[in-house]
Amino acid sequence: MLSITTFVIVSIIKSVIAILLLLTAVAYTVWLERKVVGHIQNRWGPTRVGPFGLLQPLADGLKFILKEDLTPPHVYKPLYIAAPMIAVIFAITSISLIPIGNWVSIAGIHTPLEITDVNIGLLIILGITSMGVYGVALAGWSSNSKYSLLGGLRASAQMVSYEISLGLSLVGVLIMAGSFSLRTIVDAQGGTFWGFIPRWNVFHGQEVAFFVYLMSAFAETNRVPFDLPEAETELVAGYHTEYSAMKFAMFFMAEYANMITVACLATLLFLGGWHGPLFGPPLLQGILPVFWFVLKVFCFLFLYIWVRGTLPRFRYDQLMAFAWKFLFPLAVANLAITGLIVALRS
Amino acid sequence: MPQNYVPIFIFIAIIGVLIPVTLLAAKLVRPDNPHKEKLMPYECGIDPVDSARGRYTVRFYIVAILFVVFDVETIFLFPWAVKFKAFGLFGLFEMLIFLGILIVGYIWIWKKGALEWV
Repeated sequence: MLSITTFVIVSIIKSVIAILLLLTAVAYTVWLERKVVGHIQNRWGPTRVGPFGLLQPLADGLKFILKEDLTPPHVYKPLYIAAPMIAVIFAITSISLIPIGNWVSIAGIHTPLEITDVNIGLLIILGITSMGVYGVALAGWSSNSKYSLLGGLRASAQMVSYEISLGLSLVGVLIMAGSFSLRTIVDAQGGTFWGFIPRWNVFHGQEVAFFVYLMSAFAETNRVPFDLPEAETELVAGYHTEYSAMKFAMFFMAEYANMITVACLATLLFLGGWHGPLFGPPLLQGILPVFWFVLKVFCFLFLYIWVRGTLPRFRYDQLMAFAWKFLFPLAVANLAITGLIVALRS
Repeated sequence: MPQNYVPIFIFIAIIGVLIPVTLLAAKLVRPDNPHKEKLMPYECGIDPVDSARGRYTVRFYIVAILFVVFDVETIFLFPWAVKFKAFGLFGLFEMLIFLGILIVGYIWIWKKGALEWV
């Protein structure tokens, strides 16, 4: 047991490291996206700032800070300023419950590789991420502009619709693992079938759930092919039309932080978390789980970008019909069948 | 253990200070030259007509109501799923009855056309 002072200091250190890591990851996901979409469209993407344009995120950040930040007189000021902060604070907070590896001992302090280890981690993450819709809805309403209002309404309707199938797709995983703790869910996915197929949930009867999760996750984060809220050809920029400079950057950061959270959750719940082949000396064995975790998250983010470079956008009625008439019944059927199989086996 | 929840609040406190400080810091260095044209609501260069808080389609309210109904259902499923192995087949049939009632309602709203976006 750690003393209270050590406990608080360790928490603060871990929080600061996690925030720095997440913000760097956000910056370089943007870079990766511009680079990959560029190559998909037969362009180069950023190349000028630093080698391979690697310093581009720094230049962008500087530009966001130095640009004029207009607060138009027609907005409702308190909510207009609060909305981007709500969006980004909740988007970043959800990362605090994501475990990225096993327990480690550094300088005699035994601590898990996450901010904290609670037994209802998944529930808290779902709660925090669903707060993000407030940022979007309030931004749309308080901007007092037609594009913003329509974008905000669309975004909130879309996010609440897909939240249901997202929640239902997780029930199958919960039945398999029997716990809300992300650590227990990952531990339940250890080992292999016949020695070579990993026992991840996605290969263990939750294929349909993974599909539903994937679709809902794309829609929850307002990404192509579900990026209706900011469909630039019809709504200019949706709910953040009236935002500029740092406040716009916060919506941008929130979107990418949400993408990373969703990728981490997919890895933990369906892709076996930090499980992967372990080999080599003890030090390497300690680092490898984190490496496998990061690799899986990276692959998921790459899929996001790949889809963005490939697919066109849905129409709004198709989007709502897809959520309510296809994903919802599919998720309910998956949960009933998973329940039946697990009950018959035990 | 309750003390395991404390780091979450520490995290929220750090990020809750960092974000407003970033906004304030940006305020010190950025230029500030408001102009009548810049401050107009953006409507592709055309002078705005009417207030933005106009009427919009009732569909959004229906989606909100449906969300409340079905999201509560999802929340109700979570504790059941976690304790599923303790209940076995009995728990499954209990839940299938609950889901069955909901599915009847779902089919009804589908037939009523509440899921159509016209």
